[in-house]
Amino acid sequence: MTLPDPYRTVGSASFVEFLASVHPDRLPRADGISPLPAPHGTTIVALRTADGVVLAGDRRATMGNLIAQHDIEKVFVTDEYSVVGIAGTAGLAIELVRVFCVELEHYEKIEGMPLSLDGKANRLATLLRGNLGLAMQGLAVVPLFAGYDTARGLGRIFAYDVTGGRYEEYDFYAVGSGSVFARGSLKKLYRRDASTDDAVRIALEALYDAADDDSATGGPDLARGIFPIVGVVDEHGSRILPDTEVGPVVEAMLAARHARGEVLP
Amino acid sequence: MSVPFYVSPEQIMRDKADFARKGIARGRSVVVLQFDDGIAFVAENPSRALHKISELYDRIGFAAVGKYNEFEGLRVAGVRLADMRGYSYDRSDVTGRSLANAYAQTLGTIFTDSPKPYEVELVVAEDGVEPADDQIYRLTFDGSVADERGYVAMGGSAEPITNALRASWNPGLGLEDAVRLAVRLLSEHGDEGPRTLSPGQVEAAVLDRRRPRRTFVRLGASRLAEILDTAT
Repeated sequence: MTLPDPYRTVGSASFVEFLASVHPDRLPRADGISPLPAPHGTTIVALRTADGVVLAGDRRATMGNLIAQHDIEKVFVTDEYSVVGIAGTAGLAIELVRVFCVELEHYEKIEGMPLSLDGKANRLATLLRGNLGLAMQGLAVVPLFAGYDTARGLGRIFAYDVTGGRYEEYDFYAVGSGSVFARGSLKKLYRRDASTDDAVRIALEALYDAADDDSATGGPDLARGIFPIVGVVDEHGSRILPDTEVGPVVEAMLAARHARGEVLP
Repeated sequence: MSVPFYVSPEQIMRDKADFARKGIARGRSVVVLQFDDGIAFVAENPSRALHKISELYDRIGFAAVGKYNEFEGLRVAGVRLADMRGYSYDRSDVTGRSLANAYAQTLGTIFTDSPKPYEVELVVAEDGVEPADDQIYRLTFDGSVADERGYVAMGGSAEPITNALRASWNPGLGLEDAVRLAVRLLSEHGDEGPRTLSPGQVEAAVLDRRRPRRTFVRLGASRLAEILDTAT
C-alpha cells in the first residue's frame, strides 16, 4: 500500500483533526442515536499532594437500577505525566479516552515534544465539545483530568462540564453520582501537605463514603478482590497502582473504621 | 516543429538514480545497530531541533538521511499511518514490516512517476521481545527494501562505515558499547577525514526492549556525554 496523499500532506499535529479529515466515521461519535439505557460509570476523586496528584475511581457501572459491571476500569494513564478518570456513559467515555491518548502521543511524536499540561487539558475540552449533541440527549461524559505540570513542578486537576467547559480545581475535586458525598469526605480529610501515600488513603476513604450513600458507586469488594483503581502522577511520571498496593490500604481503612466503632450496636 | 530528443527509459532511470545518490552522499551519516537489549540509532546531527531519528510506534523507530523536507514528510506520514492503524485495530497490529512496505511503495512510485526522485534513504527498525525477533529494514530512494541483520549505515560515508561495522560489530554488544562504536565510526569517517564528535554533534536514541509499551527513548546530551566519557 502506498502512503495515501492525505498522509503526506502538511497538516496539524492533531490526530483527531487528521482522523476527522480522513476517516470521520472512526471518530468516537454516534450522532443521531436516541438515548438508550447504557452503562454509566460513577464516582471519580482527585486530590493534589505535596508531590503531585492522586486520582481514583470506583469499579461499578450501572444501567438504571442494575449493576452493569462490577470491575469496570474508569481511571486511565493518558501519557507520561497525566491520568484521567471518567464518569458518565461508559462506552462513549472509554472511546473518548482512547482517542485522547492517541492524540497526546501523536502530537508528541510529530512535534518531538509533549504538549503542555494546559494544552492537554484544552484538547480534552475540545473533544468533549464534539460530543455535545449526545450529551444533550443524556449520554454525557464527564472526565476528571489530572497531571503533573513539569514546567511548574506541581500536580494540577481539571474538571469539565458536559459542554466542554474546563475548570481548574485546586486541592481536590470529585465527579459522578457519588461526588457530593466524596467531596464532603475530602473536605474533612484533605491536607495540602499530604504525601502520596496519605493521599491514596484519603481518596479511598472518599470513595468509600461515596459508596456508603450512593447506590451507583461500588465499595471495595473484598470477596472478589476488586479494589478502586488509583492513579498517581508525580515528577517520576504517571502510574496505576497495582492491587497489591491498594488492597492493604483498603483493608487497613476498613479495620480502622471497624475499630472506630462504625459497627452498629 | 521541434522533435523532442528520444531518451531511453534505461537512461532516464540511471539519471534519476545518479541524481538521488549524489544528494544522499552529501548528507552526514546515520548508523543503526542492534545491541543486547534493543536497537540503537546514532546520527551525526548538530541540530537539536531537526531530528533524523524518530519514534514511529511502540516498538518501531525511524532514521533517515538526505533531504530534510522529504524525509520529514515521510516520517510524519509514517506516524499517521501507525497511529491510524493502532487506533482503528489494535496496538499490536502495527508492525515494522507494514510500515517498511508502505515506505517502499511510496518511494517506488515517486521514483518512477515524478521527474525528481526523493533524495533520501530510510531505516525502519522494530525491536522484538528477543534479539532474534529484531527487524531492520533499509529503504533506498527507488523503493528497494533490504532486510538487514545487525547493523546498517546510511549517508555520505555509508560504505566505509559498513565495512568497519562488519569487522567490529558483534551480536552481544551492550548499549554503551554500541553507541560508542557508532560514534567512533562516525567520527573516523567524516567528509573531510577523521575528527572527534562531541555529544552536541550527535543525535542518538534507542528502542529498549525491556521498557513497557513505548520502547523508544532519546539519549539526551547528558546521557550521551556520560556514555562517551567512559570511553576514554
